[in-house]
Amino acid sequence: MAGFPDEASRYSRREFIKRVIASGAVASAATYIYGGLSACSTKGQSVVAGGVERLVSINVNGQLRRVDVMPQETLAMTLRYKLGLTGTKLGCDRAECGACTVMIDDVTYYSCSVLTHSVRARNVVTIEGVGGPNGELHPVQQAFVDELSPQCGFCTPGQVVSAVALLKRNPKPTRDECRAALAGNLCRCGAYDNYLNGVMRAAQGVSST
Amino acid sequence: MTYKLLGKNFTPPDVVAKVTGQAKYAEDFRVDGMVFCRLLGSPMPHARVRRIDASEALKMPGVVGILTADEVTPQPAPNPTILTNEPRYIGEPILAVAAVDETTAQDAIEKIKLDLEPLPFVIDPLKSLHPDFVDARLDGNVGVQGVKLQTLRWTEEDFAKAREEGHLPTGKPAQEWAYGDIEAGFKKSKLVIEESFVTASNSHHSMEPRTAMAYWQNGKCFVHGSTQSQSFVVPGLCGLIGIKPDELVYIAEFCGGGFGSKGSAYVVMAIPALMSKKINKPVMMRISRAEEYAVGCARVGFIGRAKLGFGEDGRLLAADMYIVQEGGAHNGFWDYRNAADALSIVYTPEAMRWRGVPVYANTPTRSAQRGPGENQIACALEPLFDLAARQLKIDPLQIRKLNAPKMNSQVGDDRRTVTSAYVNDALDKGAARFKWAERRARSGQRNGNKVTGIGIGQAYHPAGFNGFDGLVRITPDGRLHIHTGVGNLGTFSHSGTARIAAEALKYDWEQCVVERGDTRKHLPWNIGQFGSNTSFTMARTNYVAAMDALQKMKEIAAKDFGGKPDDYDIDGSRVFLKANRARSMTYAKVAERAIALGGKFSGQELPANINPMTKASATALAGSGLVGVAKDTLPAGGETAAFAVAFIEIELDLETGRFRIVDCLNVGDCGTVIHPMGLETQIKGGTVQGFGLAVLEHIVFDPQNGLPGNVGLYQAKPPTYLDVPDLQADWVDQPDPMSPMGTKGIGEPPLGAAASALVCAISDALGGYIFNRTPIRPDMIISAIAKLPPAHGPLQIHTA
Repeated sequence: MAGFPDEASRYSRREFIKRVIASGAVASAATYIYGGLSACSTKGQSVVAGGVERLVSINVNGQLRRVDVMPQETLAMTLRYKLGLTGTKLGCDRAECGACTVMIDDVTYYSCSVLTHSVRARNVVTIEGVGGPNGELHPVQQAFVDELSPQCGFCTPGQVVSAVALLKRNPKPTRDECRAALAGNLCRCGAYDNYLNGVMRAAQGVSST
Repeated sequence: MTYKLLGKNFTPPDVVAKVTGQAKYAEDFRVDGMVFCRLLGSPMPHARVRRIDASEALKMPGVVGILTADEVTPQPAPNPTILTNEPRYIGEPILAVAAVDETTAQDAIEKIKLDLEPLPFVIDPLKSLHPDFVDARLDGNVGVQGVKLQTLRWTEEDFAKAREEGHLPTGKPAQEWAYGDIEAGFKKSKLVIEESFVTASNSHHSMEPRTAMAYWQNGKCFVHGSTQSQSFVVPGLCGLIGIKPDELVYIAEFCGGGFGSKGSAYVVMAIPALMSKKINKPVMMRISRAEEYAVGCARVGFIGRAKLGFGEDGRLLAADMYIVQEGGAHNGFWDYRNAADALSIVYTPEAMRWRGVPVYANTPTRSAQRGPGENQIACALEPLFDLAARQLKIDPLQIRKLNAPKMNSQVGDDRRTVTSAYVNDALDKGAARFKWAERRARSGQRNGNKVTGIGIGQAYHPAGFNGFDGLVRITPDGRLHIHTGVGNLGTFSHSGTARIAAEALKYDWEQCVVERGDTRKHLPWNIGQFGSNTSFTMARTNYVAAMDALQKMKEIAAKDFGGKPDDYDIDGSRVFLKANRARSMTYAKVAERAIALGGKFSGQELPANINPMTKASATALAGSGLVGVAKDTLPAGGETAAFAVAFIEIELDLETGRFRIVDCLNVGDCGTVIHPMGLETQIKGGTVQGFGLAVLEHIVFDPQNGLPGNVGLYQAKPPTYLDVPDLQADWVDQPDPMSPMGTKGIGEPPLGAAASALVCAISDALGGYIFNRTPIRPDMIISAIAKLPPAHGPLQIHTA
């Protein structure tokens, strides 16, 4: 895909709300204000008025996973609370910080702002799925280790996923292209230089193999 | 001095978990039967709860419990409360509801009927000091740790006089100190500058909100928290929960950012523990981003006034500073005092007076934020040195060098001598690398609509404490376990300082294990990971523990081979007789012998002066190897000081007011370098946050309703990739004499140095226009270019 599809394809908040409403969920004002409170139950029957869990199949990290989801349930919540994939972090739960970035069909998305029912039959890759099958680090992960890219590490899974997606579509990016591609991933520690160094290092490794 | 490990890069043991997503933060833990709780935050900036009717909420299916202010451990005023019946800012938690899922908990909260009696509130501290006052608290308007809660008013004359002068009123202060004769200093000054300034509060924006999860099992309370610190959290958290230290299991192996706001136990983290105790279920309390802006604290704001008197050569002869500290509704941090210390040491005035008032407002509690006080004041004072340099026709670098601290310079009113200061070396090194003279010649140079601005900034922070405990252990497999009670703020200094112990015992790093992040790892009593202290404090504790281990190793060898302990030495894997290296014993064997000998060698007998926490940990480890444990009683005294200086070139567009940072170099005075890559990323990260402080970030509260304005990242604007150019970092690798291997901290000063350098560069691009305000927002730049008055009043705070 040309350009920077992640910018174009990330949901606007308005679009997200529209989808929630269309799916029949009751989104109270408070829920909206306090940000994405949906579906934190790990098991058992949901008691939310107006919402019923439905069984859906999603492909996560190459595995078909069948999971009961609420209509208003976000992909981040499904991943974290139903599939045990806690590497995807929730930093803001409203499409601002990028800690929850995942790939859907190779395009990066804020999983806090994607409804799980909308990714049926699509390929979701989380931080847990970017490495090799036997735990080998992806070149981006290895480069982030070598460049000491993380500080506190909370935004790191999102940074990794954004970088992996970038290198998939553009294996030899310029530093400014990396900066643009990762611009949706905030790092409060301010380790931007180290992440960019990491992506550039990984790009050299990726292109030489 | 050449070291085996210090000064060399290494892969910290926690970094792979961070890049793979395996690192577990508080919200990543799950326990069977776990329920969720949500908070009901106050909709009013100050109110009294008359009645809570939760009957409908509690009837809802899935709701399992409610926790109110009457059921939590009371906190003495004016400390922050866990839950409150007198909320003092919007969003302050009144109660918590637990349910099987968060949606249910939130729906239940919507059904709770609160009867609130509105109380007067105030956002602007000057209004609270005015004779027509409004106070943030019913029990007073002024106070902070070290200043008792009181009511303090200025007079109408104070305000009238200040209006005439166009300055901050300087009524009765709550605190003041002075040294030298400032009046004489001003009298002999060639140039006297007096300016009033405002530095805005800003949020910490830790990427991980302060989520906590807790449960009780077999009489112990397990808490998974998000804190910068580990051992230091325990006493405070136990106090909040109402349990004894041995009843708490505290896990904080990873922390998604704190920047001062998670340095010690904070009130909301007790809620899941207390709720869990009440409902007998594990409780997860996720804090949303919006809530984080309320319960997550913010940096203190300043409304201040500084009068500086300079000699003809640019020497600062006298300084007189007054700061009104914009605090929150409860006791928070004392930035205004730190600001005074910073002035006294960064510019070493010959005479100085400082006065200040810490005022409460109906806004979130202010906690420390990276360089609390030192970094705000850098933004206010550094431009004034440029102003002086301009008027005295001195180079901005020279005026800073002339006033820079030396090795025997002193801090504050009690004149604490710094343990080391290499600011001039940092300025020289930075100026050479930045090509100061060449760039300086470009100052004000026009390129179409663009104009070049050059700035220098400087900042200071204390960089170490002493008196804490170290605990190491050599196990029969030959490995060295460094037990460290410091936290994981993301600096990797938990492991960097562990390498001090490894270095002292000549260990290969591969043979070392850092034990941390969980009280069940049996950790010593250490101070928290804040205040740029770890690289000094923990170097000392790990050193004394290693020295204790070394002595015991030698004693064991002497017992087995004869002679005195001093006849023996170590080589990294063996203890050997110096006179005959064949008489030697492996570290593994020494550990076995220590276990066999027992007593002090394996932790059965412990020094009397160690903290009870260390004692309990060492006792738990007793018999598992050779135990080195000691309290840091190394020579101490003076003020461990870290400094940073930054150099920035910008290109400012005179039509749009936008600017681009062309280059930024930040140089640390940080003692012996432990971990070059870790140091570099700390300096660069501080630089990025400095840009935020200088030009982007502030909290805004509506004075009419007390409502918070900036409650999203997009509103409060922490810097993104697109705000930051490629950065440069450097350092003066000079040892601090009070640290066993010369190390000291550096975390905080790079932020203030970068922030103030950027402020100075913007002023320089505008021909010396002084804003006296941070953040410098685009509208301010546009107004300055258009020679229009700014949109805000001179002392107005919470401007859009």
